Amino acid sequence: MQKNAYFGLFIVVAVLLVLPWLMPNSFYMDLAIRMAINAIIVLGLNLLIGFAGQISLGHAGFLGIGAYASAALPTHFGWHPLLAMGAGALAAAALAGLVARPIFKLKGNYLAMATLGLGIIISIAARNEAAWTGGPDGMPVPAMALLGLELSSDRHWYWVVALLLAVSVWASLNLIDSPFGRALRALHGSEVASRVVGVDVVRYKVAIFVLSAVFASLMGSVTAHYVGFVTPGFADFFHSIELVTMVVVGGMASVYGSLVGAVLLTALPQALATFEGWETVVFGAILMLCMIFLPKGLVPTLAAKFGKGG
Amino acid sequence: MALLDVKDLSIHFGGVKAVQNVSFQIDAGIVYSVIGPNGAGKTTLFNLITGVYRPTTGEIRLDGEAIHGKSPDELARRGVARTFQNLQICMNMTALENVMVGAHLRLDRNLFKAALRWPSLRARDRELREEAAELMRFVGLASYQGARADSMSYGALKRLEIARALAMKPRLIFLDEPAAGLNPKETIEVDELVRKVADAGVTVVLVEHDMKMVMNLSDRILVLDYGKKLAEGTGAQVRNNPDVIAAYLGAHA
Repeated sequence: MQKNAYFGLFIVVAVLLVLPWLMPNSFYMDLAIRMAINAIIVLGLNLLIGFAGQISLGHAGFLGIGAYASAALPTHFGWHPLLAMGAGALAAAALAGLVARPIFKLKGNYLAMATLGLGIIISIAARNEAAWTGGPDGMPVPAMALLGLELSSDRHWYWVVALLLAVSVWASLNLIDSPFGRALRALHGSEVASRVVGVDVVRYKVAIFVLSAVFASLMGSVTAHYVGFVTPGFADFFHSIELVTMVVVGGMASVYGSLVGAVLLTALPQALATFEGWETVVFGAILMLCMIFLPKGLVPTLAAKFGKGG
Repeated sequence: MALLDVKDLSIHFGGVKAVQNVSFQIDAGIVYSVIGPNGAGKTTLFNLITGVYRPTTGEIRLDGEAIHGKSPDELARRGVARTFQNLQICMNMTALENVMVGAHLRLDRNLFKAALRWPSLRARDRELREEAAELMRFVGLASYQGARADSMSYGALKRLEIARALAMKPRLIFLDEPAAGLNPKETIEVDELVRKVADAGVTVVLVEHDMKMVMNLSDRILVLDYGKKLAEGTGAQVRNNPDVIAAYLGAHA
């Protein structure tokens, strides 16, 4: 958790800086942007799942809140996109905070069920409130402008998302190695022990749940503006599962694992497109093999093998 | 006034009366031991006082303030620390970090400052690292500073729990069988460690089966049997109490 942890950040930044010049065409650029967006969401989710040891099966719901706030508020009320993005994040934080207290009195399966239900409710709301959300067809999202500069080309988006990713990695590394982060990891390691040294366990769980919800909501907004269109699929249960899978495959409680998981699982469906119709089967098989042979996730397993902390 | 005042404390789990009408007082600065056969209610008593369980009836006062029914983190704020009979170590962290967690309440726990690598917070963390390393030396774990908790032996983890508890700078520390499962040499070392903790001014409450250690360390001893107070007093008083002899040896007094 020491200096070599920050060394990885340099590599991430270096890769992000060089990447745009290695992209043969806009297809890969688009893929890189979506990888980075997913990586940020997964970072937030990994703080909750990997570090604090709590599960959320409804995280796409928060993504949906951000996405729809960015679509609906500028469209219906003429809000500035940044304001709408902030409002979405606030709404996600408020909702997460509101439901977290009762939810975190639950453990294990119950917590999974409660978050699952929450995600599904948000997804149903997006589908049914057609007047506001466009219903199952979705709705277009107005363009995003930053400092009078309209974000239109993939290259603009790439730099915005790359900056966000680098900052998120840095902030996550800082957080983990702080009093707050140690309390989070401690309540994962032994809830009794952390309570006895004075950690208000429920408060910490709520805080990290809210934080990861805000991460998801903000990136939901970014995705919405980038894609230019939102659909209820954003908030879908399967999307939640996909995000959790990225955490698990990359490695629980591993910052760089989150990046690896997001990159791999965003690329995999594209790479498997050649299997025409069988891609979901191959996808599933890869996940199963990962879980059987790398139960701790890719990065922690490899780090242990080569004797380095991650 | 006594530091800890327990009056008529009881807890029932369904029909099982694990602790019944137990009363005692602990003065500041002493080593107070709780002994009794297996199942006598010693750990339950600890769990009641440290807020893990809520008493069915009775009251517990710390420095005059009623603390029964308060949660463990509220008690931690009042300087009550404890270790566990079955280890409660965070195996996902390093040994040093486990000790650092003990200082939780003495730190700036702000989320945003943490994420932004706030200079004052970093500086305090560096100091804390030193403090924690010093505590690890104090409990005899100098050589484990870089170790992951899950790579340490049982005996070392027992001491690590004590170091973590001390990182709270507690007034009162509850040690639940610190020598259980240790070999004779390690037991003697823990014995010395408990003495050092007491000498540092921390009031120690000890649950222990090793009678030599108990008699050696304790200023006063409470004997429990079937959840009830059997006897209380100095080592000599307890040792010569016919009820205690009967409970331990099964003789008819």
